[in-house]
Amino acid sequence: MPADDHHPHDHSHGSELSDLQLRVRALETILTEKGYVEPAALDDIVEAFETRIGPHIGARIVAKAWADPAFKQALLADATKAANALGHQSPVGSHLIAVENTPTRHNLVVCTLCSCYPWEVLGLPPVWYKSAPYRSRAVIDPRGVLADFGVALPPDTEIRVWDSTAETRFLVVPMRPAGTEGWSDERLAELVTRDSMIGTGLPKTADEAGR
Amino acid sequence: MNSLHDMGGMHGFGPVEAELNEPPFHQPWEGRVLAMQRAMGFTRLWTIDAGRASMEALPPLQYLGSSYYERWFLGLEHRLLQRGLVEADELAAGHALHPPAPLPRRLTPDDVPKTLVRGNFERPATAVARFKPGDRVRTRNINPPTHTRLPRYARGKQGVVEAVRGCHVFPDTAAIDAGENPQWLYAVVFSGRELWGEDTDPSLKVSIEAFEPYLEPA
Repeated sequence: MPADDHHPHDHSHGSELSDLQLRVRALETILTEKGYVEPAALDDIVEAFETRIGPHIGARIVAKAWADPAFKQALLADATKAANALGHQSPVGSHLIAVENTPTRHNLVVCTLCSCYPWEVLGLPPVWYKSAPYRSRAVIDPRGVLADFGVALPPDTEIRVWDSTAETRFLVVPMRPAGTEGWSDERLAELVTRDSMIGTGLPKTADEAGR
Repeated sequence: MNSLHDMGGMHGFGPVEAELNEPPFHQPWEGRVLAMQRAMGFTRLWTIDAGRASMEALPPLQYLGSSYYERWFLGLEHRLLQRGLVEADELAAGHALHPPAPLPRRLTPDDVPKTLVRGNFERPATAVARFKPGDRVRTRNINPPTHTRLPRYARGKQGVVEAVRGCHVFPDTAAIDAGENPQWLYAVVFSGRELWGEDTDPSLKVSIEAFEPYLEPA
């Protein structure tokens, strides 16, 4: 079943779904016959999102920021430039903004109006990020949303919500877990979850990494 | 446009339910919709803002009752029909029946890497920025029936400019083919209490990315 499977008016009936599949196929046929699209180009786009572009890219950036204070400074100043300086990955477009969690401030990213998401560094957004429950509540009850993810923060921690209402994109730099001194960038990257870079989760602890 | 897409602050949608090990696409057709969307976006026949506007214009029950990629598909179909690139009899037949319209450019496999980098919407400034970090501002109370990126929950609210992002394509005009009309863009931060009232958790702050026409000095 496709996205948004928890809202009340979902089209989950098999007949409607297959009808949609047929309509999508028909549209691709028409666009191809008219010469508007090349199926091989469409294949390449799907393949990129299924195999190459994902949260491992963001995790590598965050791990580098944890390990290298100069890189972290550069990342917070201009995340697009810093990410592209790392190389060996699909380039990142303009206006990526890194926001840092601290002991007194936790950042959470949402797009209340649609689904804006830093997909170049995190891959395609999960269904919940695009869903009505998240988009409606993140700006009015972020602690309730965090509770849905099993995250509880001290009451005096500032919760800063970033609503992605323009063509700027936000990447949360979570706090480095304790007990990871001297770890390699690769090992650190394994602690960085997708949700910790959206702000709905925390990185894995040093203990969890070993499990 | 005050439609259901503008969801910030609404109640009643229930808890956020995350799926463990979620795949990029749940069905192959979702990937095809995403790819067609990217390929047709590459043609430059319409702006990213017009694409969003066509989904916001879906009838409310259809918007809520459709999955994410279903909305994308319906929006794409709508735009193709509206711009005469595809006709209704072709959709019914499942085949091209009429000659194609000319495209400004067409996506080939060689150009796919270009679609995997987000476009740059910053433009040269045509005027001096009206605000600077630290300035107190109030968002305007606007309710255009067309596309805007000022969410309802943040209209008529007092906040502080936190950052100047540069001068960017203005979605409100780009969506209706009225030109890029670049405008200064700011991060504006509001207290939770300003947005939601005195009973709100004092630790909450929310920022939006606000174009200069949305703002006035406070």
